[in-house]
Amino acid sequence: MRIAVLSDVHSNWHALEACLDHAHSQGAQAFAFLGDLVGYGAYPAQVVERIMALADEGALVIQGNHDAMAVSPPTALTHVGDHGAAWTHAQLSPAQRAWLAGLPLTVQQGPLLLVHASAERPERWRYVTDSLAAQHSLDAASAQWPEVRYILGGHVHQQTLYYRGADKRLMSFAPQAQVPIPVPAHRQWLATVGSVGQPRDGRTEAMYALLDLGRAHLHFFRVAYDVAAAVAAICAAGLPPFFADRLERGQ
Amino acid sequence: MKLLEDGSVLDGFRVLSCLHSGGMAHIYRVVYADGTPDPGFPMAMKVPRMASGDGAENIVSFEVECHILQVLSGPQVPRFVANGDLERVPYLVMEYVQGDTLEHWLDQPEPQDEATIAALGMAMARAAHALHKQNTVHLDLKPANVLLRESGSGLQALLLDFGLSHHAHYPDLLAEQLRKAVGSPAWIAPEQVVGVRGDARSDIFAIGVMLYQLCTGHLPFGAPRTPAGLRQRLWADPVPPRKYRPALSPWLQEVVLRCLEPEAAKRYPSAAHLAFDLAHPAQVQLSARSHNTLPTPFRTHALRWLKAAGMHYQPSPIASEQISEVPIVMVALPYENATDATLYSLRQAAARSLGLRPGARLACVTVIPEGLTNTSDEARSETSVHRRYLAWLHHWAQALNYPGHQTSCHVLESGNVAQVLIDYAVGNHVHVIVMGAATHGLKTQRLVATVPIKVAMAAPCTVILVKQALPFAHLGSVGGLDEGEASG
Repeated sequence: MRIAVLSDVHSNWHALEACLDHAHSQGAQAFAFLGDLVGYGAYPAQVVERIMALADEGALVIQGNHDAMAVSPPTALTHVGDHGAAWTHAQLSPAQRAWLAGLPLTVQQGPLLLVHASAERPERWRYVTDSLAAQHSLDAASAQWPEVRYILGGHVHQQTLYYRGADKRLMSFAPQAQVPIPVPAHRQWLATVGSVGQPRDGRTEAMYALLDLGRAHLHFFRVAYDVAAAVAAICAAGLPPFFADRLERGQ
Repeated sequence: MKLLEDGSVLDGFRVLSCLHSGGMAHIYRVVYADGTPDPGFPMAMKVPRMASGDGAENIVSFEVECHILQVLSGPQVPRFVANGDLERVPYLVMEYVQGDTLEHWLDQPEPQDEATIAALGMAMARAAHALHKQNTVHLDLKPANVLLRESGSGLQALLLDFGLSHHAHYPDLLAEQLRKAVGSPAWIAPEQVVGVRGDARSDIFAIGVMLYQLCTGHLPFGAPRTPAGLRQRLWADPVPPRKYRPALSPWLQEVVLRCLEPEAAKRYPSAAHLAFDLAHPAQVQLSARSHNTLPTPFRTHALRWLKAAGMHYQPSPIASEQISEVPIVMVALPYENATDATLYSLRQAAARSLGLRPGARLACVTVIPEGLTNTSDEARSETSVHRRYLAWLHHWAQALNYPGHQTSCHVLESGNVAQVLIDYAVGNHVHVIVMGAATHGLKTQRLVATVPIKVAMAAPCTVILVKQALPFAHLGSVGGLDEGEASG
């Protein structure tokens, strides 16, 4: 089975559609969304509607910190992101908010574990930015679900694959886009799949990953999308210009 | 796994016989069990001795070999057929290649002559370069892993056993946080000793060790069994090959010692550069060490030892990127009737292609027609004609001789200019060909006008076709040359 894994869509409808099209062209048979569906971008309602429809068809969806924040936005605006959360909250219908609020923090299915941030206390939204943090996440996941082989997450907006080196400690690997990486199931793997709607590595292309369970291959992808349209929508919605700038710069 | 009986069937393959029973794996000659004919070549099956439950390092290297062999292509590697699930039935089926390994050449009672050593070295360097272009570094090159066979264009090397190899696009399963030496002690490069995996120049070191063996019958650093013994190559020069074999040509000693430089940056920057020198002995730039017969003095070693004590892990550049930074640039000059504007423009284009990077090398080539030389006339003998054109090429190239760029000049003789240029580019792994867009000289204009087009279409690399322009063309005195020639 080929499962397309998308994370951190961040209300970027153009990037989401481009990735879904790309995943279909790659033969994706299932979809998983690793949280942060909303925040930053101009299309929270459209993005949530699309993903709710995919969930009805069987897509797996978990909650991210921005989803939780959109459900109950902070009352005092202390951070540039807080402004976005209140705006997003107002854009979503009560039914959409209720759906977001009801999303699980983790989903485990056979060898798969989906978690937005770290599997170690998922509600703390800890960033998995190095092999030590990845080790903690993997240890926590293995303790709870010994059969888990693939831990897939987002949150850090980078594509990284963690694996056990010859001394059994975790090593990090920066994948090359498009190249299928063998990820046999006799090993454990932890991947951060990057961000669909908010790439932050200096490139503007959307990121997602495709896990082929049958062949035990993991592909990381970069997909070009209509950045100008996403940026124009952010400006038109009156959101902070910084949100538009960072899409253009991929920062 | 225990030895398979002849005739037994494993996952659709029937075992014909056991070819090799090694410490790590058994290798069998196999065919498809259901009678399907071989896929165009005979097949061999490698089965690791240990099961995955043992968790030993050899099963990891078996896994690495399965991953890497699947994505490699070309005649330098055995073709991949199938592999079994590592947890269920670990095996690897690949092309069964017959031939002698380099051990056969080393086992001969008499040392090899220099031409044979150069041919063997070229075959190894070309095979390694083909691998590096695919972002793979072998990291375990040694006589037992180099198989040599005759091909149409001379000796060809086939590299075996990718269990310790490194592919830049895959996670390195053999890497460790506490980096340790991985490889065969006699042949591994100094950087491998400190845990650097993935530098293409490590393979050049290993080829250097094998060339040293071929020249002298000795291992340059012995076969150390201790970490301290291994670290010796971080600072020590080997005994000069000419101490063991005084008649050895200085150029070959120079080549071998350059491969064995402790610092990777001082070795050949790519295996193609090594192959180039082995193919053109007369063009090798000799340094003082080329004539040495005495070992490096103690004081020099002591200073280097201090430097090496601080040597630590540094990530390796990606092999294919590393290669493209040190291109071999070939410039083809018309052998006659070249205008100053043409020669000037070609020089400018060659300089731009070489760039500012140290390590790029320039091959200046001119093709003279057959019949220009004459065996009975001394003034037109092959030697004197070639010498004349070589001197002219050297003169042309002098302005390009920046430090760090190696330049060599070559006179080729052929009636088919385009084909001989293409053959030269293929044979020497040239990255960029620079040549004139138009041709010169009225007599041959009709014929030669197609040469740049033929080369551009058939060349395996980038071809830059240069339009001539003098910097002072705007003065008016030579205006109009460009149009006139380009339309030819």
